[in-house]
Amino acid sequence: MFGDFTAVNAITFNVSKGEIFGFLGANGAGKTTAMKMLIGILKPTSGDATVAGFDVAKQRESIKKNIGYMSQKFALYNDLTITENITFFGGIYGLSRAEIKNKTKVLLDDLQLQNVANTLVGELPLGWKQKLAFSVATLHEPKIVFLDEPTGGVDPITRRQFWEMIYKSANQGTTVFVTTHYMDEAEYCDRISIMVNGKIEALDAPKKLKEQFGSDTINEVFLKLARG
Amino acid sequence: MKRIGFIIQKEFKQIFRNKGMLPIIFIMPLVQLIILSNAATFEIKNIKFSYIDHDHSVTSRALMDKFEASNYFNIVADFPSKAQADAAMQNGDVDVILEIPPFFERNLQKEKQSELGIAINAIDGAAAGVENVYINQIVQRFNRDIKVKLLQPSDLKLQPVKIESIPLFWYNETLNYKTFMVPGILVLLVTMISLFLSGMNVVREKEIGTLEQINVTPIRKREFIIGKLFPFWILGMTILSIGLIIAKLIFSIPIVGSLWLMYGFTSIYILVVLGIGLFISNFTNTQQQAMFISWFFMVIFILMSGLFTPIESMPKWAQAITEFNPIKYFVEVMRMVMLKGSGFSDISMQFTKTLAYALAINGLAVWSYRKIS
Amino acid sequence: MNPFFGFIKKEIYHILRDKRSLIILLGMPVVQILLFGFAITNEINNVDIAILDHSKDVATREITNKISSSKYFSINRLITNEANIKTVFKKGKVKAVIVFEKDFSRNLIRDRKATVQIITDATDPNTANTISNYISSILQNYQKEQNKATPPTYQIVSKTRMVYNPELKSAYMFVPGVMTVILMLISAMMTSISITREKELGTMEVLLVSPLKPIQVITGKVVPYIFLSVFNAIVIVVLGIFVFKMPVQGSLFWLGLESVLFIITSLALGILISTLSATQQTAMMLSLMGLMLPTILLSGFIFPISSMPVILQVISNIIPAKWFIIIVKGILLKGVNMAFIWKETLVLMAMALFFIGLSVKKYKTRLE
Repeated sequence: MFGDFTAVNAITFNVSKGEIFGFLGANGAGKTTAMKMLIGILKPTSGDATVAGFDVAKQRESIKKNIGYMSQKFALYNDLTITENITFFGGIYGLSRAEIKNKTKVLLDDLQLQNVANTLVGELPLGWKQKLAFSVATLHEPKIVFLDEPTGGVDPITRRQFWEMIYKSANQGTTVFVTTHYMDEAEYCDRISIMVNGKIEALDAPKKLKEQFGSDTINEVFLKLARG
Repeated sequence: MKRIGFIIQKEFKQIFRNKGMLPIIFIMPLVQLIILSNAATFEIKNIKFSYIDHDHSVTSRALMDKFEASNYFNIVADFPSKAQADAAMQNGDVDVILEIPPFFERNLQKEKQSELGIAINAIDGAAAGVENVYINQIVQRFNRDIKVKLLQPSDLKLQPVKIESIPLFWYNETLNYKTFMVPGILVLLVTMISLFLSGMNVVREKEIGTLEQINVTPIRKREFIIGKLFPFWILGMTILSIGLIIAKLIFSIPIVGSLWLMYGFTSIYILVVLGIGLFISNFTNTQQQAMFISWFFMVIFILMSGLFTPIESMPKWAQAITEFNPIKYFVEVMRMVMLKGSGFSDISMQFTKTLAYALAINGLAVWSYRKIS
Repeated sequence: MNPFFGFIKKEIYHILRDKRSLIILLGMPVVQILLFGFAITNEINNVDIAILDHSKDVATREITNKISSSKYFSINRLITNEANIKTVFKKGKVKAVIVFEKDFSRNLIRDRKATVQIITDATDPNTANTISNYISSILQNYQKEQNKATPPTYQIVSKTRMVYNPELKSAYMFVPGVMTVILMLISAMMTSISITREKELGTMEVLLVSPLKPIQVITGKVVPYIFLSVFNAIVIVVLGIFVFKMPVQGSLFWLGLESVLFIITSLALGILISTLSATQQTAMMLSLMGLMLPTILLSGFIFPISSMPVILQVISNIIPAKWFIIIVKGILLKGVNMAFIWKETLVLMAMALFFIGLSVKKYKTRLE
């Protein structure tokens, strides 16, 4: 609760290992707030949660070792090069210099950014920054990765490519928790929840929800929910 | 622990890559030091002097010669009338008008007494006071010469007694104002750079979102803070060093005391300033706010630090407030050690207080740094 | 609604909503005036003195009494030999040592002359000089008393008149100074930061693409700060008049006009700084180090310009604050009218036009 405003109102849900869980809702529905509580940078007014087996209230630091996070702002340092950003975040996560060197090479190859490894991140196009931000969030091979509106502002093709990265990650056993207001991305998830005004109004696999609400697209489902 | 190293590496890279800021951080302060140490002086020189001579006698001209010869005064004009002189002062062309009355010489010789009229532009009250002292010194000396010439030997026994005061100025014989100001301005610059850069730094990460990113990582608060502040600590010490070199080479400021002591004290002092910067940044959301609040406190601290005006001249309540002013201790220590060669025992009080301050403010800063909102 | 006024309204909201910055913008001038008025002064008070008395006779005791009963001094200790002087100075509390020679009274009566050494710790040369002068005058007074019986011969008596400020009040110096510095700082610094912030956040491009003309964007950004600065100027003058009894010899109307001219000059400077800065941090540091320090130190606010080395006196001419301070002091304290300050006014106008022209040119090249 922020003063009189209840951003997230008594939500309850479970996410399983290796699942791609989509946290949908309109802007202002409370998705980012919920996510920030889970990753331990926002204190809930009440309630409890466990992430990767650790209690959110009491074992926050243990949680942080096991999760990755990509914020809406693609928080990378614009005045550092790609390599330097990777080195920095890798180091923060406790990777050894050797590991960092290794992972940098792999990352650059995967994203085909070898030629621009020493360019300042500020000069890169948005799509590249986005993919880089995701890779940096998963550098330390966390069990769960939280993505907050990761596809904001990029073109559809880049969005598609980005989801391919997410799939790859999930296939390797990483649980992916994604918030988005693009309803069509819901199709890519294993299960989704739809938040309206701070409450979860629907929680299930996309196909099942479409059947339940008799809609062809999740967008329709959402509109039906939002209108009440 | 290794993680601190990564933060430090990143910070240095960012500092040096910021082409716009580098000259501001390194070159500007030192240019300021050079320029401002030359500017900051309460000495009164080149006083715009003018006179109105109604007497036109040998004596009056002799008196004017004395003023001409003085280094303090620039004779701007010799006015024929009071009205013109007053207009000139109104216009800002002169600051002193000496009016010699008619029959000045005759009255002095016959009646043994004569008057002089002096008008001083007193908008700057302190300067006016000093100018008055200088004028009277010249007039008294002139008077004494006349007495010596005109007095009869028989008068000698009845001569008034004279108490001769011999002023001696220790540590700064020539009353070189620079000797006083340079250590002070050095303090000022080290403080400004350390405070602003550290304060704005954390807030900038807040603004661009990377702070949030870092808060989600397992890095501990103190590792992050140490990593962030260390580069600026180095920066502060570097500026001190360059400043000391400039002080010695360009201003020939004596460095009488122990360099180790100076560096040692500075290293703790910078921690205090960085701590304050960090503390402020914990409570602000934009760089502008951080900078403003820092600026606000800094101006107050600097004005009340004894840098420009002595603390002993302040009213008791103001002096009490300065107890909490870390800059005051730094200024005292710098001047005492650099110019007088004071030793550790002489500055132990300042040292202890600054150390306590450093621990307290940094403790507060770390405690109030929230990885969680 | 007219987009231009809408823009100005938005800027005003920005300022009003940032409570922390606003408090400082409004509170800073007040705090500075109060500090300067009550705490910052070169006057000495209860300075710690030590006495080294080799005679300990009637005369020296009387002089010592005079010194200790003066409000300027307080006798901290009596020391017994020369070596103690160094120790006592190093400790830092004692600022001066008065040394009476041996057989002081006897010398005074027999030889009509005796000496007193006034040894001051001149690390602070200003205070040392003041202390020296004050002690000298106490000695002179004692001397005059001793000579009451003997008639003064061939005496030149000076009658001094302190013009514009008979009581030598320091408020007369610093109120114009603080006013100038605050106006300059707020106008230049705030403007430069405000414009640079839009650049940094990327919203500048949005503004430039909007139907607002670039000149409207710049003006719109700058207008709220004009109001803020004028408000601050009024507060400062009011405080000066009512708290420190500063006189208003001249016309407040002209003062207002000249202030607006100065504010415009400072704003133009702020705009110029913003064209040179890519980030807010740069704008801030440039304003602070490149503007504030030189303004405070070279404008004649605290330190007299005529006492500076010639090259600095020349440089001080390019600092707008210097000219404005002359104007303010002239109007408030001397009661001059335009006839006496037209030169300074012209200089300010020229500077304003110059800065504006330069900024416009820089903006044009950026947009191309």
